[in-house]
Amino acid sequence: MAPNPIRPSAVLQGPVFETKIEQVGDHEMLLNLGPQHPSTHGVLRVVLKLDGEVITEAVPDMGYLHRGVEKLAEHRTYPMNIVLSDRNDYLSAMNNNWAFCLAVEKLLKVEIPLRAEYLRVIVGELNRVASHMVFYGTFGIDIGAFTPFLHAFGRDREEILDLFEEMCGARITYNYIRVGGVMLDAPEGWTHRVLQFVERMKPRLVEYDKLLTKNPIFIDRTIGVGLLSAEQAVDLGVTGPILRASGVSLDLRRDHPYGAYNDFQFDVPLGKQGDCYDRFLVRRLEITESLKIVEQACRKFPDGPVMGKVLKMYRPPAGEVYAQVDGPRGWLGSYIVSDGTEKPYRHHIRPPSFINLQALSEIVKGWKMADVVAILGSLDFVLGEVDR
Amino acid sequence: MSDGIPPQTTVAEYVGAFQAKEKRKQRSWRMAALQLVLLVIVGVVAVSLIGELDPRVRRGADLLRSLLVMGRAPAWVGVSLLLLIPALLLMLLIQVIPLFLVWWERKVAAHMQVRLGPMAVGGFHGWAQTIADAIKLFLKEIIEPDGVDKWVFRLAPMIVFVPSYLAFAPLPFGVGLVGYSFDIGLLYVLAVSGLSTVGVLMAGWGSANKFSILGGLRAAAQIVSFEIPRVLSVVPVVMWAGTLSLTGIWEAQAQPLGGWFPKWFIFYPVIGQISFLIYIITSIAETNRVPFDVPEAESELVAGFHTEYGGMKFAIFFMSEYAYVFAGSLLGAVLFLGGGSPLFPALGFIPSWAWFLGKTLALVFIFLWARWTFPRFRVDRVMDLCWKVFLPWTLINIFLTGVVLLWRGL
Repeated sequence: MAPNPIRPSAVLQGPVFETKIEQVGDHEMLLNLGPQHPSTHGVLRVVLKLDGEVITEAVPDMGYLHRGVEKLAEHRTYPMNIVLSDRNDYLSAMNNNWAFCLAVEKLLKVEIPLRAEYLRVIVGELNRVASHMVFYGTFGIDIGAFTPFLHAFGRDREEILDLFEEMCGARITYNYIRVGGVMLDAPEGWTHRVLQFVERMKPRLVEYDKLLTKNPIFIDRTIGVGLLSAEQAVDLGVTGPILRASGVSLDLRRDHPYGAYNDFQFDVPLGKQGDCYDRFLVRRLEITESLKIVEQACRKFPDGPVMGKVLKMYRPPAGEVYAQVDGPRGWLGSYIVSDGTEKPYRHHIRPPSFINLQALSEIVKGWKMADVVAILGSLDFVLGEVDR
Repeated sequence: MSDGIPPQTTVAEYVGAFQAKEKRKQRSWRMAALQLVLLVIVGVVAVSLIGELDPRVRRGADLLRSLLVMGRAPAWVGVSLLLLIPALLLMLLIQVIPLFLVWWERKVAAHMQVRLGPMAVGGFHGWAQTIADAIKLFLKEIIEPDGVDKWVFRLAPMIVFVPSYLAFAPLPFGVGLVGYSFDIGLLYVLAVSGLSTVGVLMAGWGSANKFSILGGLRAAAQIVSFEIPRVLSVVPVVMWAGTLSLTGIWEAQAQPLGGWFPKWFIFYPVIGQISFLIYIITSIAETNRVPFDVPEAESELVAGFHTEYGGMKFAIFFMSEYAYVFAGSLLGAVLFLGGGSPLFPALGFIPSWAWFLGKTLALVFIFLWARWTFPRFRVDRVMDLCWKVFLPWTLINIFLTGVVLLWRGL
């Protein structure tokens, strides 16, 4: 058998298209993590420069899911744009609706009835819980535990989606929060069922902790891995749970309340050192806090209309406006320039996933191949939002 | 409330339905427990009626011999047939075991994950699902990517599979049910099962895929390291039994202590438990399963060393993994759980092969349980665990055993 001259050099140092990494040393290897890879949670490519198993450089390459949402927005009326916003971060579509509607309402200066505000808080927080459940499950898979995923994603998130389906007919892309209020009132007994769900979740969260949070192997894999200091996090513009995991106490719901968040008591969980475990723990505790908010909102659920006085076809006055919500992934902002017609002149989205993903190449350097997966998972991005 | 939308259920109805569901669930739990108890009783009775297989095997062999003598066949025909038939039976076993284990693993995993697993194929709880999967894998096209090292790529699955088959040769399945019994059985099993590493490395190298290379290297590093504490963990058993023959080790544990307490090695205070724990954990690591599945870590290396393999070639890797799980459990049953000896002498009416099967499946369940509960170790921490925890403890254990043996001897 004649030796094949192409191998192994071709394998180890062969051409990788558009690597964005200039120099590869003798003992180094370029590895394409993605675009088709189990742990990139979508179509993301990360080009890694490996020295053995140690990462020396990492460049995320995104845009595989680009749909031009911001350009599309210029050709659609405002109500149509709410439908588009569902598709950005498909794990927390309620919060996307909310950010866009907040911006338009600021332009229109509409009064929103209290019942609608409460409904927004309930669905927004339930959606946050659902989104964090997906994180909990997929992070478990990244670390190698398959069972938590089926518990969180297959059982508990389904119950939330059932509640949403009962309310607005949709399970993923709701188009529920509208400019001026919400689409429909909650069906009879809905808040009661939400409360029952919250009760059911309490023992299950203990189970969650047994499966991952307190598991010694899991702790060994995540504590001290992928450190992001508070200064770095602020410099990179990271927001949401990742920022709070680095120890920066900043939550829009508490510090700049929108909607009805002033009415509720809740804590903002903080991390200590900004490692993967802190990022996990902050989200895990946020599930508890969100359920607390949902419980309070359901107990003081007010009566009244669910839609403010908004015309069917509205034309916001010319001007520009920015509004943001604290979504499950961070600050989700909507910047709208209106020229007084029924379509926005420009709609810019501040996608938290996109900005949080910029932290990846900072965090990942010097960690091992197995840690990359943990770090990628702990950033909890949604590619639909990254690429828009 | 809202107009136009009829309320779907009233609260009382909903709560009632929920409570009814809970009650049904409890009742079904009780039914399942009852079914399980009945199944065990029926199984025990059936197995006791079948009795020991050894005399039948002997009778069969005698029949064969006398037939050959009557037919005036040359002597080598008889000798080779008597070697060939057990070999073929083992081959059959190694094909059937993965089919059952995969189905069982799916059911165990599914029930741990609040779902049902395969339910459709074959009727009863999807028992034919794995058979259907095997047929599917048989019919798949075998794809060889460009740039693979052809012969290394093709040979790798066979080199992984053959040792897993060879390892079954000296493993006893009951009284007189041994493929080929020889004095260094234990050493042979441990040595042969280490050979698969070569195949894994070849698969990693030959695939021309970076993930495969990383997986292959990890596998080699892991298996070579865990081989050492695994071998050392069974040394105390050998010291107590005074033999390397697997049948001998089992017979050394057969006589109950004081007439009733099982003298299984796992019940030896401290020494037995340390030994057993390290053996089970290192066996899981040897078979590359969670929490030590770093070579094929799905979320990191896609599928590790078998990323580029499909169809039957992949199935062979898969089969050898399950064969190793079964072999490791069988070996564990022989070394620590007294092989075919009954738990109490009163249970002696159950034949030895049934005890073997039960103990082996119990150990297999530990493999499955660990797999569907734990996250994965990081690759360097696995090495830490091996060299800094298991190796010292096995050495301490051997030392303790030596001290006790000397003290008893003096």
